[in-house]
Amino acid sequence: MTVWLERNLPRMVLAPSFIAVLIFVYGFIGWTAWVSLTRSKLMPRYEIDGFIQYKRLFASPRWDTAMDNLYIFGGLFICISMVLGLLLAIMLDQRIRIEGALRTIYLYPMALSMIVTGTAWKWIMNPGLGIQEMVRGWGYESFTFDWIVNPDRAIYAVVIAGIWQSSGFVMALFLAGLRSVDGEIIKAAQVDGIPTWRIYTAIIIPSMAPIFLSAFIVLAHLAIKAFDLVIALTGGGPGYATDLPATYMYAMAFSRGDLGQAASSAMVMMAVVFAIVVPYLYSELRAKPHD
Amino acid sequence: MAPILNIKNLDKAYGPVEILKDINVAIEPGDFLVLVGPSGCGKSTLLNCIAGLEPITGGSIEIGGRDMTSVSPKDRDIAMVFQSYALYPTMSVAKNITFGMKVRGVDAATQEKKLKEVAHQLQIEPYLNRRPSQLSGGQRQRVAIGRALVRDPKLFLFDEPLSNLDAKLRVEMRSEIKKLHHRLGATMVYVTHDQIEAMTLATKIVVLKGGVVQQIGSPAEIYNRPANLFVADFMGSPAMNLVPAKTRPNGQGRLIEIRREDGAPIVLHDHHAGDLPDEVILGLRPEDVAEAGFRAGEDVQEAECLIDMVEPAGADTYVVSRLGGAPFTARLHAETVAKPGETMRLAFDLAKVSYFEPQSGARLN
Amino acid sequence: MTDIPLSTQTSVAGADRKGWSTIALRWLLFVMLGLFALFYLMPLFVMVTTSLKSLEEIRTGSLIALPRSVTLEAWRTAWSGACTGIQCEGLRPYFWNSVLLAVPAVLISTVLGALNGYVIAQWRFKGANIIFALMLFGCFIPFQVVLLPMARMLGILGIAGTIPGLIFVHVIYGLGFTTLFFRNYYVTIPHELVKAAKVDGAGFLRIFFAIFLPLSLPIITVSVIWQFTQIWNDFLFGVSFSSAGTQPVTVALNNIVNSTTGVKEYNVDMAAAIIAGLPTLFVYVLAGKYFIRGLTAGSVKG
Repeated sequence: MTVWLERNLPRMVLAPSFIAVLIFVYGFIGWTAWVSLTRSKLMPRYEIDGFIQYKRLFASPRWDTAMDNLYIFGGLFICISMVLGLLLAIMLDQRIRIEGALRTIYLYPMALSMIVTGTAWKWIMNPGLGIQEMVRGWGYESFTFDWIVNPDRAIYAVVIAGIWQSSGFVMALFLAGLRSVDGEIIKAAQVDGIPTWRIYTAIIIPSMAPIFLSAFIVLAHLAIKAFDLVIALTGGGPGYATDLPATYMYAMAFSRGDLGQAASSAMVMMAVVFAIVVPYLYSELRAKPHD
Repeated sequence: MAPILNIKNLDKAYGPVEILKDINVAIEPGDFLVLVGPSGCGKSTLLNCIAGLEPITGGSIEIGGRDMTSVSPKDRDIAMVFQSYALYPTMSVAKNITFGMKVRGVDAATQEKKLKEVAHQLQIEPYLNRRPSQLSGGQRQRVAIGRALVRDPKLFLFDEPLSNLDAKLRVEMRSEIKKLHHRLGATMVYVTHDQIEAMTLATKIVVLKGGVVQQIGSPAEIYNRPANLFVADFMGSPAMNLVPAKTRPNGQGRLIEIRREDGAPIVLHDHHAGDLPDEVILGLRPEDVAEAGFRAGEDVQEAECLIDMVEPAGADTYVVSRLGGAPFTARLHAETVAKPGETMRLAFDLAKVSYFEPQSGARLN
Repeated sequence: MTDIPLSTQTSVAGADRKGWSTIALRWLLFVMLGLFALFYLMPLFVMVTTSLKSLEEIRTGSLIALPRSVTLEAWRTAWSGACTGIQCEGLRPYFWNSVLLAVPAVLISTVLGALNGYVIAQWRFKGANIIFALMLFGCFIPFQVVLLPMARMLGILGIAGTIPGLIFVHVIYGLGFTTLFFRNYYVTIPHELVKAAKVDGAGFLRIFFAIFLPLSLPIITVSVIWQFTQIWNDFLFGVSFSSAGTQPVTVALNNIVNSTTGVKEYNVDMAAAIIAGLPTLFVYVLAGKYFIRGLTAGSVKG
C-alpha cells in the first residue's frame, strides 16, 4: 500500500491540475466550438446547425471593423513596439551610468493595468482639456489632436497607449538578448576593427533572432487579447470605430445576448492565436525535449 | 562465501531501446567492483538499477542474499556517491550527512556520534557548519562520501565520483577511496569511464559496451588477457598495439607475418602459438616491445623497424613505427637513442602476445 | 528559464575614441534617452498632478502645469465617495475585493504550480511532457474562448458572481504559468539530488519540503509577483464573472471613469487610477528584478 502510494504520488499530485486543464481549457474550447455551430441566442442550444454563425459573423460590418482594427492595431503595435524596444535596448547598452533608473522608467507601464493605462491616456488625449488644448494654449490655435473622438483616428489612439504600455517590455527582452551574445565574439570583432554599428547589424542583431520571435509572439498575443485597453480608452467607440474582436465577443456575450455570435467570434480569435502560437510552441518543445 | 551482490540475467530497456542486456555479475563481501566502459555503455544505468533508482525490465538483483529486485532504494541497505556530489544545497555539511539518519528516525545522540566519527575520519570537521556552495570540489567530494559512510551499508555505490575533480585532486581522492576500502573492508561498486581508475581501484572489473558485458575479471586478467578487441583497445594507455597479421604453421608454433609499407614483412616465430587461423589481429602492449638486447628469452623475437616518431614522456620514451598499416608504439627507456627516420632493432615479447579473430574480435589464445 | 543578465558584462560600447563626433553622438544618445524617459513618465506625471488639482484649476490650467494649490479632495472622493454607477462608496470596497481575491488566488496557484513543476521536472513519468505541453498551451488561449462555458460552470457550482468564484477562475488559468515557472526552475536542478535523497530514505513529499522548497525562494518570488500583477490587473474575468458587490478594483475604476452621472471629475478619475495602479507599481519598484524575470520567463523559455 505505502509502496503503491509512494510510486503513484507524483501522478496523483499532478492529476487535479491536469484534469482541471482538460476540463476548463480543452473541454471549454470544445463547448465554445460546439455552441458556435448552433443557433444559440440568449441561452445556449445544442442542436448543431452548420456554419450559420460564422456566415453571420463574416457578413457583419461590425466584425469587419473589428478585424480591420485588429490588423491596424496589431500591425502598428507590434512593429512600433519592436522598433522602439530595440532602439531603447541598443541605446541603453552603451554603458549608460543611470541605466538602472532608465530601465525602471521605460518598463514601469508594464506593471499597470490596461484599465489604468487607458484611463490615463483617455484624459491626456481628450481634446477638451488634454494635449490639444495644451498646445493651443501655447499659441498654436489650429493644432488638432482629436484622435480619440475621431472615428477614423481613434484606433491609432489605442495604438499609442498600447505602445506606451508594452514597448518597455520589448526593451527588456532585447536588452537581455544583447547582453547574452557571446562576449568573445564581440571582442574578436573589436580586435578586427569593425565599427560598433557594424557589430550590431552584422553580429549581434542576427544572433538575436529567437528573441525577435519571442517578442513577436508575446506582442501578437497581447494584441489579439486586447480588450481592457479599448474598453477603458474608448469603450469601443466612437460608435464601433475601435471595436476589436475581443470587445465584439464581449458585447455579443454579455450585452447583446447572442451566444452564437460570441462563440463563433471567440473561435476565430482562437484560430488566429493558434496560427501564431502553435508553430512556436511546437518548435520550442521540440528543440528541448527534456531540459 | 555467499555473494553480497548477485545480479542475474538483468535486462533494462526504455521502451524499445535496450540499455542493458543479460547482465550477470556476482561479488563477494569486501570486493571492489568497477564498472567501466565508454560513455553510453550503460554502466551508470546498471548502478542505478542496483540502487533501485531505475526499475529493471528483467532478471533479478540480490543484495546480502535477499532478493531486492523490487525493493525501494531506501530499503536496499546501500549508500551512493554521485558524480555531481548531489549535496543538498540548502543544508549545512552536518545536516547533509545526518539527513538520512533523521529521515529514518535515528535518535539525535546517535546522529551526533556518527557525524563526529565520520567527520573525523574524513577530516571535514572544520566545515561542518558550511553550506556545500562554500566548499571546494574536493571538500564536497569528502562530504558526499561522508554522507555514504554514516549509513554503514552493505554496499557502497559510486557513480563516477571523481570525474568533476581536476587531475591532481582526482589522483589524491582515488588513493583515499582505496584506503577507505581497505580500512572499512567494505564492498563497493564503482562506475567510471577512466580505465586507469578501474585498474588502480578494482579487485574485479566489469567492462561494458553497448549494454553488454565484454569481460569480467581481475585487473590483471583484464589487462593481460583481454577477452576481445574492444577490451584490448579500451584498457591501458597508451592502448595495446593491434595489427593485422598472417600466420602459418612452422614446426613448433607458428610464424607470424606482419605487412609493412616500407619493406619486407616482419616475420616473428611464436613457439607457443597454438592453432590459429591464417588471418589474425595481433595485440601487443607497448611495454612488451623493447630495445633489442634489453630482453631475452625464447619468446623474444627481434626485427628492424623504421621509426616514425619519438615521444619522450619523462620516465619513458614512446617510439612509434608503422606495422601492418597502423602506428605501432613501443615503450622504451627514457635514454633511448631512437631518432625519427632511422631504423632501430626492436624486441617483441611474444610471451605476452594476444591474438584476436579479425571478424568477431574474440580472443584466440 | 532564461535569466536575463541585466548587469553589464560585455557591452559593445568599448573603444574610447575622444573625437568630437563621438562626443556629439554621446550627447545625442543622452538627449534621446531623456526624451523617451519623458514620454514614459509624462502620463504618470499628468495623473499625479491632475489628481492633486481642483476641478476648477483643471478647467482653466494647462495639462502639464503643476497644481497651484494642492488638494487631496479628489483622492478622498476616489477612495470613499466616487460613484460606480448607483453606489457612491468610492474604490475602497472594491480595492479590498481585489485584495481578498488576489491573495488566495496567488497563493493557491503558486503552491499548485510548485508541486506540478516539481513533478514534471523531477519525477518524470510517461506522458508528463505531454501534460506539460497541454498545460503550457493553456497559457496562450484567448480567454474569450472559455468565457461563456465558465460563466455557466460558475453558475452550476453556485459560485457565480462571488469572490471565491473569481479566485477559482484565476487559479485555473494561472496554473499554466506557475507550473511553467517552477518546471523551468526545477529542471536545472540535477536529478542526482532526488536520487541521493531517495537513497537516504526520503519520499516524494519529504524531498519536496526538505530539499526543493528551501531552494525555491527566487522562483516563488517570480511566481507570486507575476500572479499578483496578472490577477490585480485583470479586467476581463472581473467584469465577466463578478456581481455588484464583488467587483475587483479595475472594474470599479472603469465604472467610475465611465459613469455618466454628474460632471466629469477628472481629478477623481486620476486619483482612482493611481490607487488602482499603486499595488502593482509598488511591487514593481520593490522587486523589479523578479518582475522582469517573470515577464521574460513567460516568453523566453528554455
